[in-house]
Amino acid sequence: MTQAKLTPGVVPGRLMQADYAVNFADVAPPLDRHAAQVAADRCYFCHDAPCITACPTGIDIPLFIRQISTGTPDAAALTIFHQNILGGMCARVCPTENLCEGACVRMEAEGQPVEIGALQRYATDGMIDAPHPFLRGAPTGKRVAVVGAGPAGLAAAHRLAAKGHEVVIFEAREKAGGLNEYGIASYKTVDGFAQAEVDWLLSIGGIQLRTGQCLGQQITLDQLRADFDAVFLAMGLGGVNALRADGEDRDNIRDAVDFIRDLRQAEDLAALPIGRDVVVIGGGMTAVDAAVQARLLGAETVTIVYRRGQDRMAASRHEQEHATSSGVRIICNAAPVAVHGNDAVAEVEFCYTQDGPGGLVQTENRFRLKADQLFRAIGQRLEGAPQALALEDGKIAVTGAGRSSVPGVWAGGDCATGGDDLTVTAVAEGRDAAEDIDEVLRGDG
Amino acid sequence: MADLRADFVGIKSPNPFWLASAPPTDKEYNVRRAFQAGWGGVVWKTLGAEGPPVVNVNGPRYGVVYGADRRVLGINNIELITDRPLEVNLREIKSVKRDYPDRALIISLMVPCDEDSWRTILKQIEDTGADGVELNFGCPHGMSERGMGSAVGQVPEYIEMVTRWVKQYSRMPCIVKLTPNVTDVRKPAEAAKRGGADAVSLINTINSITSVDLDLFAPQPTIDGKGAHGGYCGPAVKPIALNMVAEIARSAETRGLPISGIGGVTTWRDAAEFMALGAGNVQVCTAAMTYGFKVVQEMISGLRDYLDSHQMQLSDLIGRAVPNVTDWNQLNLNYVTKAVIDQDACIKCGRCYAACEDTSHQAIAMKPGRVFEVIEEECVACNLCLDVCPIEDCITMRELAPGETDKRTGLPRGGYANWTTHPNNPLARAAE
Repeated sequence: MTQAKLTPGVVPGRLMQADYAVNFADVAPPLDRHAAQVAADRCYFCHDAPCITACPTGIDIPLFIRQISTGTPDAAALTIFHQNILGGMCARVCPTENLCEGACVRMEAEGQPVEIGALQRYATDGMIDAPHPFLRGAPTGKRVAVVGAGPAGLAAAHRLAAKGHEVVIFEAREKAGGLNEYGIASYKTVDGFAQAEVDWLLSIGGIQLRTGQCLGQQITLDQLRADFDAVFLAMGLGGVNALRADGEDRDNIRDAVDFIRDLRQAEDLAALPIGRDVVVIGGGMTAVDAAVQARLLGAETVTIVYRRGQDRMAASRHEQEHATSSGVRIICNAAPVAVHGNDAVAEVEFCYTQDGPGGLVQTENRFRLKADQLFRAIGQRLEGAPQALALEDGKIAVTGAGRSSVPGVWAGGDCATGGDDLTVTAVAEGRDAAEDIDEVLRGDG
Repeated sequence: MADLRADFVGIKSPNPFWLASAPPTDKEYNVRRAFQAGWGGVVWKTLGAEGPPVVNVNGPRYGVVYGADRRVLGINNIELITDRPLEVNLREIKSVKRDYPDRALIISLMVPCDEDSWRTILKQIEDTGADGVELNFGCPHGMSERGMGSAVGQVPEYIEMVTRWVKQYSRMPCIVKLTPNVTDVRKPAEAAKRGGADAVSLINTINSITSVDLDLFAPQPTIDGKGAHGGYCGPAVKPIALNMVAEIARSAETRGLPISGIGGVTTWRDAAEFMALGAGNVQVCTAAMTYGFKVVQEMISGLRDYLDSHQMQLSDLIGRAVPNVTDWNQLNLNYVTKAVIDQDACIKCGRCYAACEDTSHQAIAMKPGRVFEVIEEECVACNLCLDVCPIEDCITMRELAPGETDKRTGLPRGGYANWTTHPNNPLARAAE
């Protein structure tokens, strides 16, 4: 143990330099050919397979696994990409235990599903360095604006480009990828995979990427509607919910998404400051990603505190187990009431909660956790949506395949209603909106 | 505990598991290891006549067919008979037999089809103290092109002639090993019996090409860009072997002729099946080549367990299923069964549905929630659903009670009646 490990406060370099590479290595190393064959042999090739139904993008999973088992992983990759052009990232980040693998009939047979996620990665990894497999259709002369280069925007752009439309993506940040690039734990997508996947996706052609273009600042919806034949909004959720606890303005309190972003973009992980005692408030994937990475950066104690019961956590069971096995403590049924300290946070005070008939009830039973750093991970919200759009539950209201209340404007991904806030759901929504836009632009819709 | 000691045509062995004449039994070193591992007997790899030994290819000798997870289902080989000098083999046989007097040691032979060649070799074998000979009339490659192996085994007259010489010039028990590369295996078995054979052993390997290299466009194993057919063995050939064993066991001409069963015996259960169909013992090769000699220990414990749990002696098992092997026209057409799906055991994979809907009789309904139910009105009891179901005993076949109405035909289940008396049979006259 280095002395830095015990230094109080938020400091960089808690670990030996070599430990960073070990800690942030691929959390689920890829299957080699043999392991993939063994895993593929377990698939029963079910009729009307439940795993396909459980996949938001409807990938023909038994078919791609059969293609792996017969020694044609590139054909397997095409089966995947036809439905989900971001199949590589989804193979890494999908909560498969709640989706395809959770539906696998082998769960019923022996409680061990076919390793669909790992097999999908095996198939798609082989194609990321290969020439782009899809060709564009004949040019239509139509132009479509896509706002946001996250999973929904990229999926839509690719499908539109494949149909022969010209696409311009307007991305607020410096890089494309959205949460794939900025919002997912580093150990899930190592070696710059997110950017490699974006580059590969864009290499279909016909897609212009303009970064540093934020809706409401550099661009407006009215202008886009005037300049393009259709608009697809997929800018995600830019705002972060507040704790609404006393003392929330003290130092060393951050949004977990910012911490994750900085970590993903860091050239040198040793330069990232991290607390000795870290508290993360929230119950989703972001909370887990922040908490685990805080541990991996050398925090001595990391605690996730979630206000409801553990079964209500949005993070999958697998993610929760990953957190606890990484040394993260999870406290449930507790809500923050105050942040104590002088300038910076020193302690966080919680009260235990109970489910009451009118919702969550705070009890008088309180406790404090030592904390020199606090991360908020209690959800994101839509920020800066154009006035013209009807909203529903704080998101852009859509019907059908992402049609907004404004003609010619579609929306998908986390910023729009419908579906879970998952990468794979965003891909499905982007793809389906693109199909709908294509039909409308061709006059069939 | 069941006694596994076997007496096959007077050759005694501590258990009925012999290693077949093949690469595992080519020399003293291997055979000693086999006996140490517990094998009851060994058929020494085929010896040829004196003189320069045969030569083998110096590239791959085996081709393989895999099941899931590279499980070996079948091996094909292009190896020939022993490529070591005769005198070396004879010396080693004598040495092994001296140290393992309780084990069966049989010598496989293949010499040119003339009386002198056989007389000469038999004398030499007798001097080793070996327990018997097996005549290799089965090898389908290499030697057959030189007028030996299956070239003899495919001509019943040759089999009879050579067998007669062997019985004339030797007092040793003579087992004739049969090739499956014939249209009716009973004919060579009858010839062996006429020649005075003490037993037949079957099957030898089956002519085969296991796979084609799709880059070289050549059969595998590939020798410098070319391939020749080889002999196929292993679990994949067991069904073919079982049928041939049963045909000989139940044929009026060969009934009672001792049989040494060969062909894909991998577990005690395979061995028990061969024995139930009339084999007095079994010979094993591919299982040993895949897993090593230790596999015999599972065969011994498994067969013993089975016999004990059924309160049978080994002799009770041999041939016990033969009376139940019959011709199709003797099968009871009034025996009616229906598939039953155990909903608690069902994992909802739908393979039964796909198989029945696409390729059979549309007798399984797929209901909401992926509930699969048999439609008895359509079920012809083919049992394909059961065969493709990944869960053992999830689908079973229920036999209709006598008098119970078959919902498919609307007729009550009747008593025994077969095709020979069926009204649709133009040749049916028995009832009149």
